Amino acid sequence: MKLDVMRPATIIDIGPLAGAHGAIEVLPGRLRLGALARMADAEAHPAIRRDFPVIAQSLRLAASQQLRNMATLGGNVLQRTRCPYFRDVGWEACNKRRPGSGCAALQGVNRRHAVLGVSDACIAAYPGDFAQALAALDASVELAGPGGSRRMPFEALHRPPGSTPHLETTLQPGELITGFDIATEPWMRRSLYLKVRDRASYDFALASAAVALDLSAGRVREARIALGGVAARPWRARRAEAALAGRLLDEAAAVEAARAAFEGAVTHGDNAFKAELGRRTLVEALLTAAQLEA
Amino acid sequence: MIGASGPAARIGEPALRIDGPAKVSGAARYPADEPFAHAAYAVLVTSAIARGRILSIDLAQARGLEGVLDILTHENVGGEAKPPPPPGGHGEATTTLESDRIWHDGQIIAVVVAESLEAAEEAARRVRVAYASEAPSAGFDSPGAQIQLVKEAEPSHEDVRVGDPEGAFQTAPVKVEARYSTPIQHHNPMELFATTCAWEDARLTVLEPTQYVHGLRAALAMQLGLDPAKIRVVSKFVGGAFGSKGAPSSRTAWIAIAARRLRRPVKLVARRDQGFTIATHRAETRHHVKLAASRDGRLLAVVHEGQEVTSRPTPYNVSGNKTTAMLYGSPNIATKVEIVRADRNTPGFMRAPPETPYMFALESAMDELALALAIDPVQLRKLNDAAIEPVKRRPYTSRNLVACLERAAETFGWARRDPAPGSMRDGDWLIGWGCAAAAYPANIGAATARLRLSADGAARIELAAIDIGTGSYTILAQVAADRLGLPIDKIQVDIGDSDLPAAGLAAGSNHAAAISNVVARACETARMRIAAAATAPGTPFSGTDPAKLALRDGTLVGPDGRREPLGEALSRVSGGVLEIFQENNPAGAPSDGVRKVEHGQMAMARGSDLEDRAAYGFGAQFVEVRVHRRTAEIRVPRAVGAFAAGAILNPLTARSQLMGGMIWGISAALFEATEIDRRTARYVNTNLADYLTPVNADVGAVEVILVPETDRLCNPLGVKGVGELGIVGMNAAVANAVAHATGRRIRDLPIRIEQLL
Ligand SMILES: Cc1cc2nc3c(=O)[nH]c(=O)nc-3n(C[C@H](O)[C@H](O)[C@H](O)COP(=O)(O)OP(=O)(O)OC[C@H]3O[C@@H](n4cnc5c(N)ncnc54)[C@H](O)[C@@H]3O)c2cc1C
Ligand code: SF4
Repeated sequence: MKLDVMRPATIIDIGPLAGAHGAIEVLPGRLRLGALARMADAEAHPAIRRDFPVIAQSLRLAASQQLRNMATLGGNVLQRTRCPYFRDVGWEACNKRRPGSGCAALQGVNRRHAVLGVSDACIAAYPGDFAQALAALDASVELAGPGGSRRMPFEALHRPPGSTPHLETTLQPGELITGFDIATEPWMRRSLYLKVRDRASYDFALASAAVALDLSAGRVREARIALGGVAARPWRARRAEAALAGRLLDEAAAVEAARAAFEGAVTHGDNAFKAELGRRTLVEALLTAAQLEA
Repeated sequence: MIGASGPAARIGEPALRIDGPAKVSGAARYPADEPFAHAAYAVLVTSAIARGRILSIDLAQARGLEGVLDILTHENVGGEAKPPPPPGGHGEATTTLESDRIWHDGQIIAVVVAESLEAAEEAARRVRVAYASEAPSAGFDSPGAQIQLVKEAEPSHEDVRVGDPEGAFQTAPVKVEARYSTPIQHHNPMELFATTCAWEDARLTVLEPTQYVHGLRAALAMQLGLDPAKIRVVSKFVGGAFGSKGAPSSRTAWIAIAARRLRRPVKLVARRDQGFTIATHRAETRHHVKLAASRDGRLLAVVHEGQEVTSRPTPYNVSGNKTTAMLYGSPNIATKVEIVRADRNTPGFMRAPPETPYMFALESAMDELALALAIDPVQLRKLNDAAIEPVKRRPYTSRNLVACLERAAETFGWARRDPAPGSMRDGDWLIGWGCAAAAYPANIGAATARLRLSADGAARIELAAIDIGTGSYTILAQVAADRLGLPIDKIQVDIGDSDLPAAGLAAGSNHAAAISNVVARACETARMRIAAAATAPGTPFSGTDPAKLALRDGTLVGPDGRREPLGEALSRVSGGVLEIFQENNPAGAPSDGVRKVEHGQMAMARGSDLEDRAAYGFGAQFVEVRVHRRTAEIRVPRAVGAFAAGAILNPLTARSQLMGGMIWGISAALFEATEIDRRTARYVNTNLADYLTPVNADVGAVEVILVPETDRLCNPLGVKGVGELGIVGMNAAVANAVAHATGRRIRDLPIRIEQLL
């Protein structure tokens, strides 16, 4: 709004809904996160830190403490891309901002752009961190709108860019996110969020990996993997998960999973390194998670 | 005006900043903080293309907005101001509202003025501009960019040629030849580019953060066709400048004109993104370096060729191979510099403008040479130390590079370094240790000052010095307290105002030397006047040599220890109040240096350009990097710098300058780069979320060692300046450490993950 990308006729303050939809509830077998809970509060929650490190870390490594003190979980998952051609209205060509106008980033400065799930119409990266934790943990998102309430898998919230990158989510007009719901498992303690970026803090991911592992005697019963910084939307890496299933989690297995995760990656000039960086980030995340106490 | 409290006061003691309490309590008003009754607010409209002409500007929608007072464009005010002098002083400046011409992206093309900032911002959005756009050249290798030798564009420029560099390189047993590059960088001082103008009885007052109040005044007088005496420029506090507030700005004249048209004060605070195009920057550079050496490590040839981007009309360049050519003893030396004119805004000074990019190239090449020779990099530099600079064969006034290398190496623990690249590790982290030398000329400008000493033992110092956060207020008070023998809290310091005696430009690390020397001289003049009166017949010190009387502890002290209170001694001189107006034109400055600074021109004795000697400060910087073996993340846990920069007026402020320079060097090596869209020649990451600078977590321990040095040849107080020296070697030290950690030589800054995968 400040950048003139959006000029809404009306702005509604949903802050007062924090009472009804701002709670963090740790229940047996379930974790409910109100959409209006602050990032900082969710990150600092002792049970979240203990039982779902991937969530706490994805929040702690995002933005700055000041931003996290203000920003809500619902707002965070809906933050928009950092593509500079989108954020500066001085550029003519941006399909996301002006459908049909083209994409200035394809041949432009695109070091931070996505390599997974992109289209010829848009290669913008989804910038957030927390969404990767939600995707990895199979979260549901709860919605309320004029037509009543509904829920759907979190993964279904963000659309692929395809030929309509201006349509980013499957929210219906007038619909709000009220919360996130996760069916929890004890093995989710063995989870982490690894974020690789240029500077050590206060920077968006060049590549990140949310990983949760259910291991039995070193073998993978279930692996959950989501990738950030490299994809057009929150990105569950199912092929990588499948590559690990039933295997001993050693370096060879991790490398193979990482290769599977980036099959079909499409690069454009400056971001050519991102497939390789993404693979290495995932290998590092998997091998580190395998060492954790569950 | 600022006064101090606190115990330490003598020159060289760690006096606390006398402006510190005002700054941390918010009492210090930066130019944009100054309240003005009835001010109107200006917002800039800038160009969306990099090259072409404005066909038309449609103001109808903007004018229709409530609260809009005026909109300035080339159509209605273009003829009312001339362009400011270009950065560097050669060629022509890029214009703004003077014509319909677009020289670069983000050029100022209209100024909207309204009753409120909000109305001005909204109106600025509604200005519709139609362009006749032409294909722009973005920089190096762009079609249409014009390459030119600097000496063709700037007659005074000299390339270096000593001996037979090509021949020596051909036949030398060991050689290194490599190409290096540095990116576009922007200063991004915390304080934005702001200007407030107010007219009163045909006299214009300008509040603007600037490094040179008299320079800005002179430029404005020329631009507006005014008598400089009708202009007052005030800049009491500057929230960071780093060179970006050195050259006269293109915005100021239009704000003055807006204020004149509206007959009320007009205030502008340009946005962060606009700061990338309405001020200067560090242009991208390219280097071709050839070093040749004997097998025992003595340099036989140094060849350093540079290429720098600039704007179309201004041949601005930094030509830092003037310093790299004379850093080490070599019998054969050659330099050459070319500019590449493109459709870009004109670059300008940025912390150690010449040395930061050029020393990156030379000191990286020295590291490569050390590897080729299998000689320790510190040893190689010591071997090639030079007591006489090798280009014009002038002696250095003092040169303690070797002492800096030794002190820093020892503190750093260099002896424990395993020279083999990739050999040092800590778990998953590859460890690299690198070093580089730093050098920066000891400059000093002409300056004037007024000193007023009253019978109650209070002194007031007035001069148009600038404190860009460096500590000018404090060192001035210290010098006066020291030389007048008064407690520091008896000294009032008034600076940052063109109505005060001219004191030159706060840049090129000359300012501390310039203002401390002139104030020391003013104090000495005062002492002589007091002493002369006190030794006249019939006075207490009658018959004593006045040169032997000293001012100490608020008294006049004779050689035999007899004392007279200062008030009494002063009562013999001009009614108990002594006012001194002091000029100081340092040796090596233009003979009319004082007149020049009074007229806002440059008048400096440059340590690189003196006839009979070369005056430089030196340093050595050591850096540890850690590179993750898998993800290639780069971290800098520690850095040590040792510097020999003459007399240190105040170790606290000096250390902060050097430390800040070192941190910026880490930043420049690893993070900072302004990205440009090559097709449109427009900057892309014009905000502080995308233009990365380090956060606390990126900077580990930074240790600054001040190597004692006495140098009475550079200037009477022996001050060499520390503002820029701290950044000079850091780029290379980081790159050399990365090469040591990983075995990979990165020759293009910034060094990023993708280069190390
Ligand atoms: C400099 C900077 C760096 C950052 N770095 C990171 C980072 O590294 N990682 C990261 O993950 N994030 C980062 N962020 C994003 C930050 O963490 C916040 O998530 C973001 O700024 C959104 O904040 P907010 O909660 O105020 O959302 P808002 O700005 O209020 O909302 C964002 C969008 O979501 C909509 N919205 C908000 N709540 C709801 C709801 N309940 N239902 C439906 N729609 C809703 C709003 O209408 C709006 O369109 C960064 C932000 C900045 C400014
Ligand atoms: S990548 Fe997407 S957001 Fe960026 S310019 Fe292209 S279409 Fe617009």
